[in-house]
Amino acid sequence: MNDFTLIRKNLFRKKMRAGLLIFSIMIAFLIFGVLGAFYSVWTSGTSTAADNRLVTVNRINFTVSMPFAYWGRVEGVEGVTNVSHASWFGGYYQDPANFIQTFAVDPESYLAVYPELTMPDEQRAAFINTRDCLLVGADLATQYEWSVGDRIPLLSNIWQKQDGSASWDFEICAIFDAEDEKVPANYAIFQYDYYNEALAFNRDNIGWMVLTTADASLNESVGREIDALFANSPAETETSTEAAFNEAFIAQMGNVAMILLFVVGAAFMTILMIVGTTMVMAINERTKEIGVMKTLGFPAPRIFRMVLIESILLSLVGGLLGLGLASLLIAGSAAAIAGFLPGFSMPPSVMLIGVGLALALGFITGIIPAINAQRVTIVTALGKL
Amino acid sequence: MTDLYQLTDLSKGYTRGREAITIFEHLTMSIQEGDFIAIMGPSGSGKTTLLNLLGGIDRPTAGSVECQGVRVDKLSQGKLAKWRAANVGFIFQFYNLMPTLNAAQNVELPLLLTNLSGKARKERVATALDIVGLSDRARHSPRQMSGGQQQRVAIARAIVADPKVLLCDEPTGDLDRKSADEILQVLQLLNKDLGKTIIMVTHDPSAAKYARRELHLDKGRFVEAAELAQ
Repeated sequence: MNDFTLIRKNLFRKKMRAGLLIFSIMIAFLIFGVLGAFYSVWTSGTSTAADNRLVTVNRINFTVSMPFAYWGRVEGVEGVTNVSHASWFGGYYQDPANFIQTFAVDPESYLAVYPELTMPDEQRAAFINTRDCLLVGADLATQYEWSVGDRIPLLSNIWQKQDGSASWDFEICAIFDAEDEKVPANYAIFQYDYYNEALAFNRDNIGWMVLTTADASLNESVGREIDALFANSPAETETSTEAAFNEAFIAQMGNVAMILLFVVGAAFMTILMIVGTTMVMAINERTKEIGVMKTLGFPAPRIFRMVLIESILLSLVGGLLGLGLASLLIAGSAAAIAGFLPGFSMPPSVMLIGVGLALALGFITGIIPAINAQRVTIVTALGKL
Repeated sequence: MTDLYQLTDLSKGYTRGREAITIFEHLTMSIQEGDFIAIMGPSGSGKTTLLNLLGGIDRPTAGSVECQGVRVDKLSQGKLAKWRAANVGFIFQFYNLMPTLNAAQNVELPLLLTNLSGKARKERVATALDIVGLSDRARHSPRQMSGGQQQRVAIARAIVADPKVLLCDEPTGDLDRKSADEILQVLQLLNKDLGKTIIMVTHDPSAAKYARRELHLDKGRFVEAAELAQ
């Protein structure tokens, strides 16, 4: 027997109470783990953004389009090395549940702006020269078991063709990947001309422009000049760095960070109060036993340590179970949502922060009971019935 | 016999609101090593308070408690804890065993404060349980034992670290006559055969008969039983 035996036996002296507390903590950390992983994957776009890449969107909102003619005018701005454009197609394969991020782009300039997208030269040429070619990311190809040469239909729930159908036929003529694992390879792109010519409405418009500058130090002046070009026009623009655009995009999607903070914060505050109150009650119930231990010669700091470790152990058991369960849940669902969130996994940073939070939770909930246990006098404790 | 305790001009009181209440004052006495003293007296006479002062779990208002040259009343809390662990064994009326531990683990508890190896601790626990006649109950939890058996475990816990003195606060107060006699016989054995100094607070005159000396604490002073009879 040692101090840990005493701590363990005290922790589980009321199995139902300990079990419920561990369950509560586990749920809090399960939420934290899943939301943390979700947030980590969601924000990974900002870390893959190039320093000298800018995005120009309609000033009203990035979902509002702008005239196709803007593209040509931006090409002439000093300091711009490459400029391309893209339009949101949306799209799904066979079933609306099989959502696929798809964009209509100018192929050659798009690949010039995104040099990190790699593919064999013959596939690159095929993508540039084939009107109905669909260039798909490697993750997407793996998910749907597509290979070069396959013909597939994609349906759009936004865009209709002039013949009234919403189905667009493509030949997969190229598959792209990237050396950096963080670069998403879960989307598809195709030629803007193929899309624009068939559109029933909103023709000759583009969604946004992407451009590179000769140097990141020119970003600000280039952005200012582009926005000045289209000032006082029906479609004013707003140019920002790709990283800022990605962050703004995330914010548009509902400020995931704030949701994470509120949900986890609310869960933690609730758990903190429940565990804290229960620990105070549990230690209060044991006042007489603490008095006996002090009578036997256990020093007050040792009792303080034992109570604090008991609280930290409780929190750590619940926390690790929650984080473990979150990892299992994420691993189990990663394949199913790979199209929407590629690379969905439990990042080590979330795991580490989770363990840190569990330790902090245990410390905060245990410190007051530990101080009480340390301070109680033997005479007072033994006088307690 | 040499002096184990020397109490000099010992006073203890407390305040309730603005009222100062004196439990006893100017108590002077000595307790010899190997003695077995039964302290009796009416409720509120300060018997348990005196026991607490002897065990270093309370401090006097005035005067001194000296045990083999150590001023117990002057020790810091940390040193007091060490002194108690090495010198004093406590036996309570309601046993005060840890409900989450079995008999052997309860007895082993004071040994966690020593540097003994796990094997040596086990041997000591086995010996202590053997002395109180509970070798066969080592794995039983307190709730699986009778009051008398629980008190024997408490005695084993009190003697396992081999203290010089055993302080017993109404050790038979919660037991039937038969169990009480068995406990008192164990205490007598510890005094006679192992030379433990025992100071026992009791209300029970038949329990006091097991002691070598009976002292009556009344109105702040000690009276020997013989003196009281006169």
